[in-house]
Amino acid sequence: MFRQLKARFGGPLAAAILALLGIWLIVMVTLPQLQMIDYSLRPNLLPAQLGGPEDRWTLTNYVTLFNNEIHRAIFFKTLWSSVLVTLLTLAVSYPLAYYLAKLASPRQAALCLLLLIIPFWINEILRTYSWFIILAFRGPLNEVLMMLGLIERPIRFLSGDAGVMVGMVYAYILFMVFPIYNAIESLDDNQVRAARDLGAGTLRTHRRIIIPHAKPGIATGCIMTFMLAAGSYAVPALLGSPGSRWFTQIIYNWFFEGGNWNQGAAYAFLLLILCIGFMSLVMKVFKVGLGDIAK
Amino acid sequence: MSSQRLMSWALRGYVVVFFAYLFLPLLVMAAATFNDSRFPTVTPWDGTTLRWFGELAADGGMWQALANSLIVAAGVLVVAVPIGIATALFLNTVSSRAKPFLYALILSPLLTPGVIIGISTLIFWRQWGVSGGILLTVLGQATFIAAYVMLMVTARLQRFDRTMERAALDLGASQWQMFRRILLPYLRPAILSAAVIAFLQSFENYNTTLFVVGYDTTLTVYIASKVRTGLTPAVNALGLILILVTVLLAIAYEVKRRREARVPGV
Repeated sequence: MFRQLKARFGGPLAAAILALLGIWLIVMVTLPQLQMIDYSLRPNLLPAQLGGPEDRWTLTNYVTLFNNEIHRAIFFKTLWSSVLVTLLTLAVSYPLAYYLAKLASPRQAALCLLLLIIPFWINEILRTYSWFIILAFRGPLNEVLMMLGLIERPIRFLSGDAGVMVGMVYAYILFMVFPIYNAIESLDDNQVRAARDLGAGTLRTHRRIIIPHAKPGIATGCIMTFMLAAGSYAVPALLGSPGSRWFTQIIYNWFFEGGNWNQGAAYAFLLLILCIGFMSLVMKVFKVGLGDIAK
Repeated sequence: MSSQRLMSWALRGYVVVFFAYLFLPLLVMAAATFNDSRFPTVTPWDGTTLRWFGELAADGGMWQALANSLIVAAGVLVVAVPIGIATALFLNTVSSRAKPFLYALILSPLLTPGVIIGISTLIFWRQWGVSGGILLTVLGQATFIAAYVMLMVTARLQRFDRTMERAALDLGASQWQMFRRILLPYLRPAILSAAVIAFLQSFENYNTTLFVVGYDTTLTVYIASKVRTGLTPAVNALGLILILVTVLLAIAYEVKRRREARVPGV
């Protein structure tokens, strides 16, 4: 590898490139993850006990999740809710991505893309906070619903998982729209026309032509959305209540309230495994590789 | 044919509803800034006021958090941009059997939840006596922001015509001169764009920052803590200012990008 770099850039520059890459991948990416796994396999000891007979690998921290009914329930709730957020986001994003890629005129598409990018540039906390105002007990949504006579007294939107999920769909929608838009855009219009001429209806054209072509984009959007939803701390912290805690909040508490980093590391690693598992599943189902995701 | 027309109009209607959904929340938040109410809301409207901007300006904690955010973002630029460029050059030059593995490793920070990057950074540096604070926030954020820089630089590098490189060398330039005079100027727009994105990513990051920030506070962490304790419309005033700044920045960035996209070649 060094030889190829040296042939193109010369010795000093090649060395600098490898040094930067090495520091990043080893010191910032790999070693911290390995250290986290190592931590998760050790008991939480006092400083004096470190290196002593009790300081050895054990699965105790993982058994904790298995035995703690509340944490286990929150873990699975986070899993299912994140899947649901992903599916909802996909359902909301697909028609828009299709419109932008195939129906809108170039000028309309350019304007829409700019409009889409603007909220994407705004802080996740602020986007979530705006829903906090809307969903508040005496907030505008309740007022409008009461004015229309749809409900008689205000609803507590912010006390269950529904508020959290609405906020997540809103926060992560663009990670779904853009990959699908990019994928559909590369589809040759003639294929769609050919399908129509051969008698395929709208639904059939989508099912047999457009969706198969958009698969890499759909897979990328789903992987990103699930990862962001399962790993979100901001949205459940702002829109949730103590009764609708997210797994990330349990992890945070182990670190900064329970003071048990080893336990927290085990939970964090389980969250990582969850995301890797989901990603592998999606990549297998959609038959796409890592190269398709980075596009 | 008419059912197709109907579908197309339904889709148009959907797009309008979608954009309303995208922007209404932000408008509600902005409007609540001007409501003369102790609590941030638009219902009921208690009269129009500008006093929350004054309260915001008088908040020392906010200014400290803003300064920290700017320091962190500057640090992230210094760390992540060179790493991102080096990685892009590496991927563009090297072919090896280890490359697919390395590529997966390079992309992994983008596919890892932010909280986990924060946690692993916090744990790793503890053994060297570094605890949460501005330094760790820079390192944690740069870990995944470097990958974004890499993607943006790679996108431009793939369109680079390598005959220019050979021409420079044939005309007697050293490899360093070729890099300095040909490659780097060609990559400049991508590097600038990547720097803007890296700055914003850092400025608005919450999930990673939360774990590595220690007793310091960045602006995002400050806003989140205000929302949970001691919420007043001053938070909205801050939000409104940030939104306006971002919108201006986003538009300027897009205009610049499109102007460059229209110019072919270098």
